[in-house]
Amino acid sequence: MKARVHVTLKTGVLDPQGKAIHHALESLGFGGVNDVRQGKVIEIELAETDPGKARASVEDMCAKLLANTVIENYSVEID
Amino acid sequence: MKAAVIVFPGSNCDRDVAVALEAAMGRTPKMVWHGDADLPELDLIVVPGGFSYGDYLRCGAMAAHSPVMREVVARAKKGVAVLGICNGFQILAEAGLLPGALMRNASLRFVCRDVWLKVEDTESAFTRSYAPGEVVRFPIAHADGNYFADDETLDRLEGEGRVAVRYVTPGGDATEDANPNGSQRNIAGIVNEKRTVLGLMPHPERLAEPALGGTDGRKMFAGLVEAFA
Repeated sequence: MKARVHVTLKTGVLDPQGKAIHHALESLGFGGVNDVRQGKVIEIELAETDPGKARASVEDMCAKLLANTVIENYSVEID
Repeated sequence: MKAAVIVFPGSNCDRDVAVALEAAMGRTPKMVWHGDADLPELDLIVVPGGFSYGDYLRCGAMAAHSPVMREVVARAKKGVAVLGICNGFQILAEAGLLPGALMRNASLRFVCRDVWLKVEDTESAFTRSYAPGEVVRFPIAHADGNYFADDETLDRLEGEGRVAVRYVTPGGDATEDANPNGSQRNIAGIVNEKRTVLGLMPHPERLAEPALGGTDGRKMFAGLVEAFA
């Protein structure tokens, strides 16, 4: 089964890359953009077939390596 | 003093720091490859600068989980001195030996120049040779040195005097202009509770010989040698 992990910066943590993208969008003429935050998506192929166990395993991966919980939040989707 | 320098794929300051250590202690430190899980008996472990594992995922994240780092963490918990410089600081933060995280520089640029630092904590083996409040010049060279921690952690670090070095003007003022990367409260380096682990973004080893243009970094290595004589 497949897992998709979204890693995003916590609210209140400055995101200079998101700010740069925001400015670039404005300079391209895209109006009405209030804010941009950049994160990352990690796709993982798992041998596990039980969705509950797969989620628990991926959440453990997030806490140990995929996200730095000092500055980042994560969410997990299991397909 | 018995010292080791950890070498990861992508480390690039390992030999520089080995030269500075050798000059201070009169013998060569042991170079330990990242895949080695065994360390000899040591007084000091240096986690050097560079781009370990290509900075993949986050700076220091992969290195923090390498076999040798499990051993470094275990030794640090026993009180062995651990010095993390630049990428080494990022690795120590990722490994949980120091609080907070190093984020992308606020300018989004790689910053490579000398900076002025105020040495605020001189109670550790790393900084004992500096005078309290001494202003020194060290080089920085990083894209991800923007120190972040929540306010509670920052207040605790300040309250316990664990901000070892802070970015300042040549006159010693921690102004916004003196901050090269957006670090909170101009923090350039911190120590752990026991003051046995120091992580800092600036490079003492890069100004430890007159031929390099300055010797302000030399006192850090001299102090360590004195502490473990």
